[in-house]
Amino acid sequence: MAISDDVLVVGGGLAGMTAAVAAARGGARVRLLSHKASTLRNASGLIDVLGTDPESGAPLADPFDGLDALPGEHPYRILGEAAIREGLDLFDDLLGDRYLGSHTDRNALVPTHGGTVKPTARYPESTGSGLASSRERTLLVGFETITDFDAPLAAAHLENAGVPFEVRGVTLPFPGEFRADVRVTRMAHALDEDREAPVDGRPGTRAALAERVSEHLDGEERVGLPALLGDERGEEVREQLSTRLGTDVFEVPMGPPSLPGLRLEDALEAALHEEGVRVESGNPVVGYEGDDRVETVTVERVHREVPYEAEQVILATGGLVGKGIRSSRSGVCEPIFGCHVPQPEDRYDWFSEGVFDDQPFARFGLRIDEGCRPLDGRGETEFENLRAVGAVCGGYDSAREKSASGVSLATAATAGRRAAECL
Amino acid sequence: MSDAYQPDDGTGTDPATANTDPDVSADEYDPVEVFPTEGMDLRPGADSCYKCSTCDTECPVAEVNDEFPGPKFQGPEQWRLKRNEDTDIDDSVMKCSNCMRCDNVCPSSVPLSQMHNTARGLYVEERMDTLSVEYVRNRILSNYRTSAWLASKLPRTANVAMNFGPARWLMERTFGITAEREFPAFATQTFREWWTERGGARVPNHEKRVAYFHGCYSNYNTPEVGKALVRVFEHFGYQVLVPEQGCSGTPMFANGMLSDAKRHAETNVEGLVEAIGDGADVIASCTSCSMALRQEYPELFDLHGIEELAAHTYEALEYLRIHEDLEGALRESEVDPQSFAYHAPCHARNQGLATQAVELFDSIDGVTATDVGDSCSGISGTYGWKAENYDVSMAIGEEMFEHMADDEAEVGMTECPTCAMQMNHGTGYEIRHPLQVLEAALC
Ligand SMILES: Cc1cc2nc3c(=O)[nH]c(=O)nc-3n(C[C@H](O)[C@H](O)[C@H](O)COP(=O)(O)OP(=O)(O)OC[C@H]3O[C@@H](n4cnc5c(N)ncnc54)[C@H](O)[C@@H]3O)c2cc1C
Ligand code: SF4
Ligand code: SF4
Repeated sequence: MAISDDVLVVGGGLAGMTAAVAAARGGARVRLLSHKASTLRNASGLIDVLGTDPESGAPLADPFDGLDALPGEHPYRILGEAAIREGLDLFDDLLGDRYLGSHTDRNALVPTHGGTVKPTARYPESTGSGLASSRERTLLVGFETITDFDAPLAAAHLENAGVPFEVRGVTLPFPGEFRADVRVTRMAHALDEDREAPVDGRPGTRAALAERVSEHLDGEERVGLPALLGDERGEEVREQLSTRLGTDVFEVPMGPPSLPGLRLEDALEAALHEEGVRVESGNPVVGYEGDDRVETVTVERVHREVPYEAEQVILATGGLVGKGIRSSRSGVCEPIFGCHVPQPEDRYDWFSEGVFDDQPFARFGLRIDEGCRPLDGRGETEFENLRAVGAVCGGYDSAREKSASGVSLATAATAGRRAAECL
Repeated sequence: MSDAYQPDDGTGTDPATANTDPDVSADEYDPVEVFPTEGMDLRPGADSCYKCSTCDTECPVAEVNDEFPGPKFQGPEQWRLKRNEDTDIDDSVMKCSNCMRCDNVCPSSVPLSQMHNTARGLYVEERMDTLSVEYVRNRILSNYRTSAWLASKLPRTANVAMNFGPARWLMERTFGITAEREFPAFATQTFREWWTERGGARVPNHEKRVAYFHGCYSNYNTPEVGKALVRVFEHFGYQVLVPEQGCSGTPMFANGMLSDAKRHAETNVEGLVEAIGDGADVIASCTSCSMALRQEYPELFDLHGIEELAAHTYEALEYLRIHEDLEGALRESEVDPQSFAYHAPCHARNQGLATQAVELFDSIDGVTATDVGDSCSGISGTYGWKAENYDVSMAIGEEMFEHMADDEAEVGMTECPTCAMQMNHGTGYEIRHPLQVLEAALC
């Protein structure tokens, strides 16, 4: 007896999790199989839809204005604007007031830890008062142990980029006694718990931090700190800091491991639970049984293969990074179902000369139809009941376009709904 | 049936531990070389690490213990250092509880727990004084089976003696075994004694056979779990075999006692592979045991048949879910209303089994099982028994205790015997094994 469900989602990143929720909301009994824990804890937590103009490469004010200039094989062109909106609506509904940006189609400009400004469609509430479009004078505060956020340097970069506000950066020691390579989660939990420092009479972590920062305030109206201001009690931590400092306080999104990413992961996991999705992680899917239809997918459980049966299957295994697409000397492939991955004949055509050129390999992935079903070399559906979502899909260059999460959401909402409709 | 399935009579010497009997001389405690230097070289694996630190955010020990540098250091960084200058293994590896959670999150599939296990083995071999109290203590703790075997001869006396206040104080003072915990009670009849008395398997079947790896705990402490397993599998028509076996090795890996572990592994692989030859699959009721047979054995030892064993080993519930219509059978069953606060052991998580129990109990009328969250229970086998780890262990467990208290259930449930100890220790709840609930529903 194979373990049996209506819809099986393979892959537990942003695309897989939201596709599973969409299918469950469509009435399906859904199981999500993921090899590793979600990749979201590595992601910035920002939800980009289209951040750069496909023609000029310049930042884009409104992502919907750029759609027509995208190539025909782009998932946005195949699925249409309505699918992007459906994906965003689903996201907004799941995240509620934990994310901002749904009040407008336009991109928000979020300062990043490198001192660049990122045009993004949805952003965590904690980054809300830091937007580069606001004119408030800003103090960026880095911590000695957090080397990937050099606040003075980031401030200088922002000034050079011509942001419409004054910005300055300082680097301070984080209160409390931590080892030099302390993890961000530990600092976040120290702020959550707000324990008093070991020596008697010292204030708690939050008050101590506020005290240190206030010594450096010089009339700034907002203070940006690396995204580690609490895990479960983030809002409370920020509010208290803000009250003590008399300024707005915001988080600057960081590289991995990322707290905004972890919080997003937690929120989506809770949504999966809420919708009754059965989640199994720890083992990879390695193959399938079936002909024109996928009958079962095969999970490798520590040296052994176990079949899982479903009516509809959604592939959400990520791109070259997520291991949904593999490259080897002989070419690029999709390893589970062997779906067609369009690629230049000659390996040397995968790359172009300049580092900043449009790189063909960045667009590697499955071609899909308007129901997200992967297409073979002749443009026919590979399997009638298989759909692909997120970074395993090709025809777009998420890093260059700044479209990763938008494509994941649009494909996931479409595939999840369609899969449930087909039952 | 071959002789190997004849249960031992519960008396006399215990073949699996013949050379770890308590009266063995101290000399024999000298570790032996278990690693041929080639073949166990993990340095290449270190190169797959791209330093994202995700593993560090998952480590329950690093979360509460500032002294512990975390899995990224224990694994890839340490192995890289070792390649460059052949440095000594850092003693912090003894603080790793071998929960293996780091394995599960590394996006780059760095074999972290294999690195820790190997490093711990090297550390104990190269750097630990075999006459030190710590070594002897760890040796005794990890050879739990030996103490249990001894205690099972006089279970009532042992139960009193082991928890006798002054004795515990002495154990803490001289051996660093925390006096905070109560030793688990020894059953007055072991599982194997029961099995013999019952006359072994009651269902003969050439087509459907399982070999039960009961491990130490359900043999000596909770035979009711083993009995539940036998009855549930017989309900589905399986012939249950109970081959000769030793300890799975889990506590030994965690203490770097790899040569002890290997000796037990030899006994286990031999008995179980023979059962596989007779058409059986291997099942375990403890998730650390199935983890050891499936993953740690082939990673750490090179024994004939070890891969075959790994490929035929299942956790008991997992096996039924794959091979029987377990959900269908449960949907027709009914039990008195009861709720459980379920904790998924880390080693179940690592086998991708963290959600199966709760999922399954959804289909039994009358049973509700709530997952109390994905935190680690903190005890990690022998780890939380060491006086120096007790506070860390309880700090890690805090989240689970709170979630258990918040849940309406007053009875806990888990597959892992040491998680069960910790759950009971932190909340005072009685703890059941999922198989016991299945037994009540089906048999
Ligand atoms: C470091 C980083 C930063 C990012 N920053 C941003 C950002 O600023 N803005 C933005 O919009 N997006 C960002 N993203 C992208 C976003 O988080 C998603 O990764 C992206 O949308 C693709 O999602 P996905 O679910 O398709 O793939 P992935 O996130 O790659 O997830 C793939 C999943 O599939 C699983 N898997 C793979 N193979 C198998 C198998 N054989 N069997 C079972 N499971 C398998 C993996 O374990 C993983 O859980 C970032 C991502 C990363 C990693
Ligand atoms: S999770 Fe893996 S890749 Fe990331 S730091 Fe740890 S070992 Fe390295
Ligand atoms: S096995 Fe557990 S305790 Fe050891 S390093 Fe990994 S996560 Fe930490």
